[in-house]
Amino acid sequence: MITNNLTIRIGGEAGQGMDTSGAGFARALVRSGLHIFANSDFMSRIRGGYNFYQLRVSDKPIYAPHDAAHLLLAFNQDALTQSLNDLAPGGAIIHDASIQFDPGARNVKAFAFPFEAKALEIGRAAGMDPKRAKLMANTAALGATAALTSFPFERIADVIAQNFGKKKGSAIAEANLTMARWAYDDALQSADQFAWKIAPPADPTNRMILNGNQAIGLGAIAAGCKLIAAYPMTPATSIIEFMTAQAKRFNLVTKQTEDEIAAILYAIGANQVGVRAMCATSGGGFSLMVEALGMAGMTETPLVVVDSQRPGPSTGMPTRTGQGDLLFVMHASQDEFPRIVLAPGGVESCYADTARAFNLAEKYQCPVLILTDAFQAFAARSVGVEELPFEKFRIERGKTLTDAQLDQFKPGEYKRYALTDDGISPRAIPGHPNAVYTSTSDEHTEFGRIKDEDAANRVAQHSKRMRKLETIKREMRMPEWYGPADASITLMGWGSTRYVIREAVDLLNARGVRANALHFTDIYPLDEARLEEELNKAKRLIDVEGNYTAQLAQVVRVYTGRAVDDKILKYDGRPFTGAEIADAVPNIARK
Amino acid sequence: MSDTFTPKSYDGEREITWCPGCGDYGIIAGVKQALAQLQLPPHQAFFVSGIGCGSKMPDYLKANGYLGLHGRTLPIAQGVKLANHDLKVIITVGDGDSFGIGAGHFVHALRRNSDLTMIVEDNKVYALTKGQYSPLSARGWISSTTPDGSIETEFNPLLMAITGGATFVARTFSGDPKHMAQTFAKAIQHKGFAFVDVLQVCVIYNSVNTTEWYRPRVYKLDDDATYNPRDYNAAIQKAYEWGDKIPIGVLYVDERPTYEDRVAALAQGALVKQPLAGYSQATWNEFRATMM
Repeated sequence: MITNNLTIRIGGEAGQGMDTSGAGFARALVRSGLHIFANSDFMSRIRGGYNFYQLRVSDKPIYAPHDAAHLLLAFNQDALTQSLNDLAPGGAIIHDASIQFDPGARNVKAFAFPFEAKALEIGRAAGMDPKRAKLMANTAALGATAALTSFPFERIADVIAQNFGKKKGSAIAEANLTMARWAYDDALQSADQFAWKIAPPADPTNRMILNGNQAIGLGAIAAGCKLIAAYPMTPATSIIEFMTAQAKRFNLVTKQTEDEIAAILYAIGANQVGVRAMCATSGGGFSLMVEALGMAGMTETPLVVVDSQRPGPSTGMPTRTGQGDLLFVMHASQDEFPRIVLAPGGVESCYADTARAFNLAEKYQCPVLILTDAFQAFAARSVGVEELPFEKFRIERGKTLTDAQLDQFKPGEYKRYALTDDGISPRAIPGHPNAVYTSTSDEHTEFGRIKDEDAANRVAQHSKRMRKLETIKREMRMPEWYGPADASITLMGWGSTRYVIREAVDLLNARGVRANALHFTDIYPLDEARLEEELNKAKRLIDVEGNYTAQLAQVVRVYTGRAVDDKILKYDGRPFTGAEIADAVPNIARK
Repeated sequence: MSDTFTPKSYDGEREITWCPGCGDYGIIAGVKQALAQLQLPPHQAFFVSGIGCGSKMPDYLKANGYLGLHGRTLPIAQGVKLANHDLKVIITVGDGDSFGIGAGHFVHALRRNSDLTMIVEDNKVYALTKGQYSPLSARGWISSTTPDGSIETEFNPLLMAITGGATFVARTFSGDPKHMAQTFAKAIQHKGFAFVDVLQVCVIYNSVNTTEWYRPRVYKLDDDATYNPRDYNAAIQKAYEWGDKIPIGVLYVDERPTYEDRVAALAQGALVKQPLAGYSQATWNEFRATMM
């Protein structure tokens, strides 16, 4: 028997409610004091197809998906067929009796239940529309899951009551409870045939369930972001949706604009007059924002932009994941201007680094780009309250002038683009009588007036702006090490792969391969000297990235001269798993 | 009576680079006159412009401003207004910028009725890039990119503004400084999206729509006691008038809540004046409970 270490996959077609039932089960687990990691895999369609929601359960914190499932809840034939190979030996399938399945020689168990027939029967008695009644098959499957895993039924019942009790009317809640109870009782007879069990701890701790996009929204809110503008684009859309859902609580302005160009311009306009504002999109939308990004660079307007990556080029694979935009965001827009590129890894990093991005944007008066991706956007985990200390976030506005400071200026004296050693000019928020000024996308004087012909002024202003890069570098964080210092292999990665690479490191060490990991969150600007020192600690450097051309490896080589020894690259739209990376390492070592 | 602000209060310190005889001289004078008439302190005004001759205006004024990108004035202005609705936000922009590259933003700004003033310097040509046709150039217009005459129908900005949802739609003429100042003042005072089309002469690239051409054609709607700018259908009729008789003045006016009026978060005052880290422990705890 294996306790508190299993992965459940719920598969079916879009519209069958896997996400809802999966999230309900996740909530029941977390409320019972267990840790979860949940990710979904879905197609770009509203109904039909084959989607799944996968839930990993443990009594220890978990940060990445497991590559094998122990229990598969199959709601259609596709779910069964397509997930069969991902099932661990000894695993089980719960499916509707209408789906034909014979495990044959495979080491898997199959439990068929007349979910749909029972749902229609109970639904009819409760006066439910047959379409809605059918959805209760989900609830029943969760009841069966609870029974097979020995998870207490009451924990499921609480969540069902909460999900259906309030707004949907208690008759529906009752019908769902009846369904769950029926399936639970039925499956209980087979419980001894399934080896993976869930045993909630005696003294549960309260934890939240958050995904990467929600964490980005929270980071923004904690940092005082008051405005988000966006145009819907998967996988970034749920950032503005989350912030809109929270708008009343935190007094936010959220704006769905006519396009991504308008979205970034709204954010620039708001930042220009002193409000922390952001926009969020995916690579295609970011392509439209590129001209305005350069404008913010020229006018030195603070700005936070989220690019939630999906595979391209162009429309690419809308619901899939990838890491193909790194070089693009580093170089987007004409000529040169200081910018900061951050790639958070994990929910807590999505929160903390987004919050930090707002401080960096104001301190250095430049765009800050946050790179996340579809995998991280939708991957949720249980998060301890102490991991996201919202109340403690310290807002830093750098050289933003206060009203009291502006009172000391004589009218006409203030220079918005004053030449300074560190490149940062004291910034007045428009609205003070002593600091009336214009900003322009043209090259300009210290006062912000157009001067787009003069060579000496150009050199002075461009150098001033570019000097900020040196100033920023001092604050940029070095990549983070994980694993034994004396490793013979170092896995290098960035952004969302942080924890899957850690899993790979653990697996490799367990297999006797001395490996560690070097993970980048702060990518640009790079402090070459400090980074070179870090890289010198790595013996055999293996780059792990979700793109074809090893973009981070290119950046590292350009800035430090250090070439990677090997690469593990993936661009099929699917996230890496730890086992996949670990398995690839011996092949590389043999080459 | 002594005013705190005179037109000179808004003088920039810069040398102006517009061509001698350009309609923009009259327009900037009209803008300053209007600001003085309203006694609007320079620090409470925020000008947004794009790229083009007319878009240089904020650079020549003493007032806050942002000279942004070609075609992108309106979203910037709306962002500014949402962030600080205590500022008077005024857009000064050319017709190519507004209705060529920026047409998409124009249509959506109209729908929102943000409290903005959009002054379009309408000379019906691309002047700064040396004379190509504009979306407002008449069919048949000859230019370097339409040597056989434009084969497109010109855009009617007034009609679009009225039907699109603007709550103040006016036209004025760069050859009538007094009328311009009055019209701008009314537009800036209007609560909601105020659109002003300024018939502007371009002495270099538009030899058709000159001051001499406009002068006998324009007539003031104010002089017609029977014209009611609150009559939507009448306004649409007026918007079609062009040729021998060209109406100037307020074509259409309506009162509707502005976009900012309808945004709940702004009820507590301008966003920029709200505390950056103002959430209580209780608010955060309440939030946490919803995620558990």
